[in-house]
Amino acid sequence: MFQRLNGPQTLGNGRGFWIGALAVFAVAVAFPAVADPYDVGNFAYFLIWIFMALGLCLMWGYGGMLSFGQTFFFGLGGYGYGVIEINIGAAHGGSLAALVLAVSVAALAAAILGYFMIYGRIGGVFFGIVTLSTTLALAAFVGQTAGPEWTVGTARLNGFNGMQGMSSLQLPWFGRDIDLEESALYYFLLVLLAATYVGLRLLVNSRFGNVLVAIREDPQRAELLGYDVRRYQLVTFVIGSLLAGLSGALYTAWGQFITPSSIGLPAAAMPIVWVAFAGRSDLTATFVGTFVLLFAFQTITIYSEQSALVLMGLLLVATVLFAPRGLMVGVGQSLARYSARRGG
Amino acid sequence: MSGDLFSYVYQFADVFAFLVLSAAGLAIIFGMMGIINMAHGEFIMCGVYVTSATYHMGLPLVLAQACGTAAAGLVGVVLEYLVIRPLYARPLDSLLVTLGVSLIATQGTLVILGSTFPGIGTPLGSFDVGVYTFSTYRMVLFAAAIGVLGFVYVLFMRTGFGVQARATMQNAAMARALGVPTSRIYALSFGIGAALAGLCGALYAPTMNLIPTMGAGFIVEAFVTVVVGGASVLLGTAPAAAVLAIIRSGLNAWYGQVIGQIGLLIAVILIVRVLPSGFSGWLARRSAS
Repeated sequence: MFQRLNGPQTLGNGRGFWIGALAVFAVAVAFPAVADPYDVGNFAYFLIWIFMALGLCLMWGYGGMLSFGQTFFFGLGGYGYGVIEINIGAAHGGSLAALVLAVSVAALAAAILGYFMIYGRIGGVFFGIVTLSTTLALAAFVGQTAGPEWTVGTARLNGFNGMQGMSSLQLPWFGRDIDLEESALYYFLLVLLAATYVGLRLLVNSRFGNVLVAIREDPQRAELLGYDVRRYQLVTFVIGSLLAGLSGALYTAWGQFITPSSIGLPAAAMPIVWVAFAGRSDLTATFVGTFVLLFAFQTITIYSEQSALVLMGLLLVATVLFAPRGLMVGVGQSLARYSARRGG
Repeated sequence: MSGDLFSYVYQFADVFAFLVLSAAGLAIIFGMMGIINMAHGEFIMCGVYVTSATYHMGLPLVLAQACGTAAAGLVGVVLEYLVIRPLYARPLDSLLVTLGVSLIATQGTLVILGSTFPGIGTPLGSFDVGVYTFSTYRMVLFAAAIGVLGFVYVLFMRTGFGVQARATMQNAAMARALGVPTSRIYALSFGIGAALAGLCGALYAPTMNLIPTMGAGFIVEAFVTVVVGGASVLLGTAPAAAVLAIIRSGLNAWYGQVIGQIGLLIAVILIVRVLPSGFSGWLARRSAS
């Protein structure tokens, strides 16, 4: 098991890395004991976004598919959770079922859209603009659903004012439900995120991951070696987009609120900025870099949201021009070299 | 009856003009360099804002529109020099860089100019056919779209620049070896593409509310037209716009704007499944065989 977590597709394979990772996890577990509830809720909010960043990292960094559609699936997951939860209720595992169903909706949409794009051999820049167009169209569609005729069952979409009235996640636990709020939600997200991270590391270091990286490096060669390139890409696209759907469903459950501005621009550009800045070629770098950027963004947003977005744009331009492989990957690689020198 | 018939033609012409005008600049830059300019919508916004600002300073509308076009073109040339030129060999990275520029431009405009800006009333009034009333300015927009297609044809097929540009498109290394100044061709093409985006904004300035995020209202149509059209403006953008305008104006008339946009997108995804390199690739293959 431990062997399979490590491999050529990830940075940080040594004992030192895993001891460090466990230490970070232990600090994260202890965090609610020392922090005030507001900060715990806030950190839970940061964790929610990392799922979609990891999904984009898988698609873009490992699979070579630059998708601008993360917020499309985020929106499907978020609105899906709201609509389903309002209609079936939160009790008796209802909200968990809503979570699973909403993520399934996002995965199904990813399979359909991905089929047409990948089997239609839309590649390179066109992949980006078709996914972005789809995203903007969803944002425009949801934006005009303000009228009372736009209801699904008992759930009202409510246009630009945003959908509300859904309840938070509730975990059925021996006859009584645990309300997942504050610390409980934080622990739920922490465990889910750790499991996702470990699962993705297993995936990219498996045979599947190796083939995926081979396709990224040279699709034609991979095809001539007998791999069905399109099937690998489609599976990757579905997994990556599903994680965005998970982010969306969790976001709605966290804040009990979602608006179309979570789907359209500039929201759609944010995952790209995180992953480009962090370094798309590595899961750990994406994880850490996204967390750092979310923290910085929120700190600046307190003063001015527009300025924070301008800074994100500048950061993207600077990253692409001066550190095209990403900042966190650069840091990670120098750390690895440093420890190799000391160890060797 | 003639009013009904004219109404369909009018709606087709309106959508066709919108698609051609919003996509022409994007298509020229894509055809020339393989770069999709994510800040395309912000060049359009630049055209709109400069047009409105100079109009309110007292210039006649047509001159104000010329200013808007020129301003966007100038910004394009500067931007090409600063951030696009280092990335010629990395088209995906230029996608990212222009996305960053788009974020900076939209949010920066919000910070500096606020969320609204004085607009311009639609000029030229209206005319009647049968029982319906139509805006004359929309017909001017259609004429402008035809004019842009004519301009692109003359520019690329009848001028020395056009010959060099087409040579660069076909084989940049060979063109450079034969003495074509390819980087100047790239800079000019980017400038022309940006100016056409500015022209689109300038022309639509009198018909819209001016907000810094208005570029997003253009780019879906521009993107899908270029995806369906492929790399050539004349063989790609024009037929793609015609086909998409038929689909879009039909859906608009029966189901409204947003369903029209979604239907357009679904149509595009289906078309691309069948014609991966767009109309221009399909036409090129047919004429080659």
